[in-house]
Amino acid sequence: MADRIADIWGARTPHAKDAPWPVRVDLHLDRGLAESDVDRWVQSACVLCSNGCGCDIAVRDGRVVGVRGRASDVVNHGRLGPKGLYGSWQWNGSDRLTRPLVRRGGVLVEADWDTAMDLVVRRSRELLDEVGPLSHGFYTSGQLFLEEYYTLGVIGKAGLGTPHMDGNTRLCTATAAAALKESFGSDGQPGSYSDVESCDAIFLFGHNMAETQTVLWARVLDRLHGPDRPVVVAVDPRRTKVAEAAVESGGVHLAPLPGTNQALMNGLVRELIAHDWVDHGYVAAHTLGYDDLAATVEPYTPEHVAGICRVDPDELRRAARIFGTSGRVLSTVLQGFYQSHQATAASCQVNNLHLLRGLIGRPGCGVLQMNGQPTAQNTREAGANGDLPGFRNWDNPEHVRELAELWNVDPLTIPHWAPPTHAMQLWRYAEQGSIRFLWISATNPAVSLPELPRIRDVLAKDDLFVVVQDGFRTETAEHADVVLPAALWGEKQGTFTNVNRTVHLSEKAVEPPGEARSDLDIFLDYARRMDFRDRDGQPLVTWSDPEGAFEAWKECSRGRLCDYTGLSYDKLRGGSGIPWPCDDEHPEGSDRLYADGVFPTHPDVCEDYGHDLLTGGTTSPERYKAQRPDGRAFLKAAEYAPPPEQPDEEYPFVCTTGRTVYHFHTRTKTGRSRQLRRAAPEPWVELSARDAAALGVTEGDLVRVESRRGRVEAPARVGRGRDGVVFVPFHYGYWDTGGDRHARAANELTATEWDPVSKQPLFKIAAVRVTRIGGGTRPAPAPTTTASAPHDPAGVPATAGEDDVREDVAPTGPPTPPPVPDRTPTVPHPASKG
Amino acid sequence: MHLATYLGLLHTSLTTLADAFREVGRGHGEEPDVRHTCQVLAARVDRQAEALAPVVERYGEHREEEPERLHATGLDTTRGGPVGLLRDLQDLYTLASLTDITWTVVGQAAQGLRDRDLIAVVASGEQDTARQLTWLRTRIKQAAPQALIAAR
Repeated sequence: MADRIADIWGARTPHAKDAPWPVRVDLHLDRGLAESDVDRWVQSACVLCSNGCGCDIAVRDGRVVGVRGRASDVVNHGRLGPKGLYGSWQWNGSDRLTRPLVRRGGVLVEADWDTAMDLVVRRSRELLDEVGPLSHGFYTSGQLFLEEYYTLGVIGKAGLGTPHMDGNTRLCTATAAAALKESFGSDGQPGSYSDVESCDAIFLFGHNMAETQTVLWARVLDRLHGPDRPVVVAVDPRRTKVAEAAVESGGVHLAPLPGTNQALMNGLVRELIAHDWVDHGYVAAHTLGYDDLAATVEPYTPEHVAGICRVDPDELRRAARIFGTSGRVLSTVLQGFYQSHQATAASCQVNNLHLLRGLIGRPGCGVLQMNGQPTAQNTREAGANGDLPGFRNWDNPEHVRELAELWNVDPLTIPHWAPPTHAMQLWRYAEQGSIRFLWISATNPAVSLPELPRIRDVLAKDDLFVVVQDGFRTETAEHADVVLPAALWGEKQGTFTNVNRTVHLSEKAVEPPGEARSDLDIFLDYARRMDFRDRDGQPLVTWSDPEGAFEAWKECSRGRLCDYTGLSYDKLRGGSGIPWPCDDEHPEGSDRLYADGVFPTHPDVCEDYGHDLLTGGTTSPERYKAQRPDGRAFLKAAEYAPPPEQPDEEYPFVCTTGRTVYHFHTRTKTGRSRQLRRAAPEPWVELSARDAAALGVTEGDLVRVESRRGRVEAPARVGRGRDGVVFVPFHYGYWDTGGDRHARAANELTATEWDPVSKQPLFKIAAVRVTRIGGGTRPAPAPTTTASAPHDPAGVPATAGEDDVREDVAPTGPPTPPPVPDRTPTVPHPASKG
Repeated sequence: MHLATYLGLLHTSLTTLADAFREVGRGHGEEPDVRHTCQVLAARVDRQAEALAPVVERYGEHREEEPERLHATGLDTTRGGPVGLLRDLQDLYTLASLTDITWTVVGQAAQGLRDRDLIAVVASGEQDTARQLTWLRTRIKQAAPQALIAAR
């Protein structure tokens, strides 16, 4: 048995390059239970990070009692991470919302569904009559199912006709989508997890994979412990496990000052060009914009970049050399880039590095613009966020007409005068009082949005009607006018898609508690009560269950890059998840995209005409077409510009917020798991050893971190990050504190600022000051197993759990990866130049 | 030669535009994207004006009497609320458009004079002005429906 709190990544199964990743089946059951005690195993996939590990839910006496990885799944080959093992089900039955709540005399009181829905529908109708659909906003999640997003998208975009729909995916993966659209013409991951098996070098840009995607990191570790191991390069201001692996593998750990990623990336691109580590044939045949890119990066010499980023210029040179001279390079990108300054510009430069060398679409040469949440990809596909369904282009009248035809509504009903409203703007409209009806589903903005003092003020506004739909009484629910109790994972059926496009079916294992209903049923009920109709007076929403919604979605996806038409519930049962595009001609799905270097940039198919990376100004259709992209990718360039907030005398540190391996989002589930809660019970403030000494702070002392917006008070971990940078974990809100002193959530500190292209907030660069406010009696409650490890381990007890996970190594052979199509399905080919 | 006059107009309209961007950025601090982008664009207009300065000086000796009404009026204050934001962005659009067509006029003369330096300055200035207009148009299109239909 294994203790997967102490041993986060589990037992090693090393293997050589190009050999398949072995199977290891992880199993965790409730205390005192054996496999023979389980009544049923129900197929699903884990929703506690973005990795999308296939699993089976153990059911006994109508209760979930455990979880087991699926050996046959291409994503995880049987493994699960600590969150999946310990956090998937322990919240079951504790503190759940079981009945609707409505606000009466200022307090939330229990009500029946009819009363609650009547209130919602009445307010909705009043505002539609008085103002119109622009009074309505919907703020959803990265944790619902595809069927729920699509239904919500149809309700919002064709029923009400409001552009004000976004998800908390805006906080997590908007930049991934934006960078893919800017470079390749459409959202959709070019690479695959299977690239880990074949690469010679792995670059992780602002991606602490060891904590945010533990099973994928285990996959990397199995290469690092095998023969012919890859070289790792990490870009991260903290000394993460990834950074340690970089140093150990003979690679490089670059720790740029937060906010300077674009300068660093321009420096790397320039080195590639200066040393001619460029595949000129590929660049000429498959890209546009080389000259402009070369001119833009020219000033970014290693010395110039070193001055901006405060890194060693020789280390930058060495990192560039590894990228420029390794046979196969895999790159991954996450929040260190996405939630920082010039997010889209910097993430596009990662794409550029690959395009310059022609390292795309081949084994070991992936770009993985990662996601933070398990179902973020579906928010993006299905149009419940700032996109139109099926990766359609809001500025392409033909795409809007397709949707209007599919839904049988007037094209003018579908708002397409601008891109759908991004979350930060949606909240601004609510603040200004032009949005007066805000429906929040499966997300907790009172903890996860930047500048929480402001968000609390917005939620408290008298003229804003707030609906909150959740499984728990969250910090956000406390501000609601109506709270709708929702079923959670394992209590409802639906599909979702992970970072590398792999679609899983998650079956219903048990009944939801009390009167809780699935999010799909709630949306369908709203649609029925609102009586949304199509052009011919027929009901707009024609389905009544998850499978019906999935079938409707398949039609919406037909002929688009995210083509689901070859999938069905039955097909997703029994084996592995399947990556889209999956159609009649590619029934087994597609492991990688763009093997032939042809991209969905043709004006008729592209999802977006692109932006100016510096300002976010949108390229007009005419200008886009004049470039004649014809299947070539864009090498988008941008100069480095200083971030909107920089440290100064008053606020001398940069505060960066982030995750710890043991928690997810705002801990509504993981905080209710005994093992996970024990591993990381309370927030902490991480300081570098030198900064701590200068402040007179020792391990465990209480410190106050203040920005221009708010404050956080927590014990200090004297850690191993770079000087000048303070780290605060973002998971900890107030649902389990009892008090209402708002000095715990990292987002008390963050600013209302966002990237001009992706509109993703800048969670990583708040200027702060740090003050010691008292001595501590014990070490900070920060895990020792991860990036938050103490600088001096003496006197800090090691984070540990119990031996309660069974790891079964290689009980079966590994599953075969899906095929790679020679030509990417649905991507038109330019006429061959004969 | 009237080019000197026009160069003077261009230089003035650039400094006016930079100040207007700064003013709108300051006045709409509640819209972080407007504040930040206006600051970034103002700094770039400053750079254009700097690049133009030596040319203005070079032709400055040949200055004619200035015709009437060759002045861009700047922004002294900003307006409040969603409609105010829209109006201020439109004022910026008007100023940037004047700058845009003035670059065109000066560029034509630069071609006629075979002045390579000025041709290069104009080319980069025109690109930057196009960027300003693109962003302003994007932001105005986004703001207009909400401001005109739903704002109170």
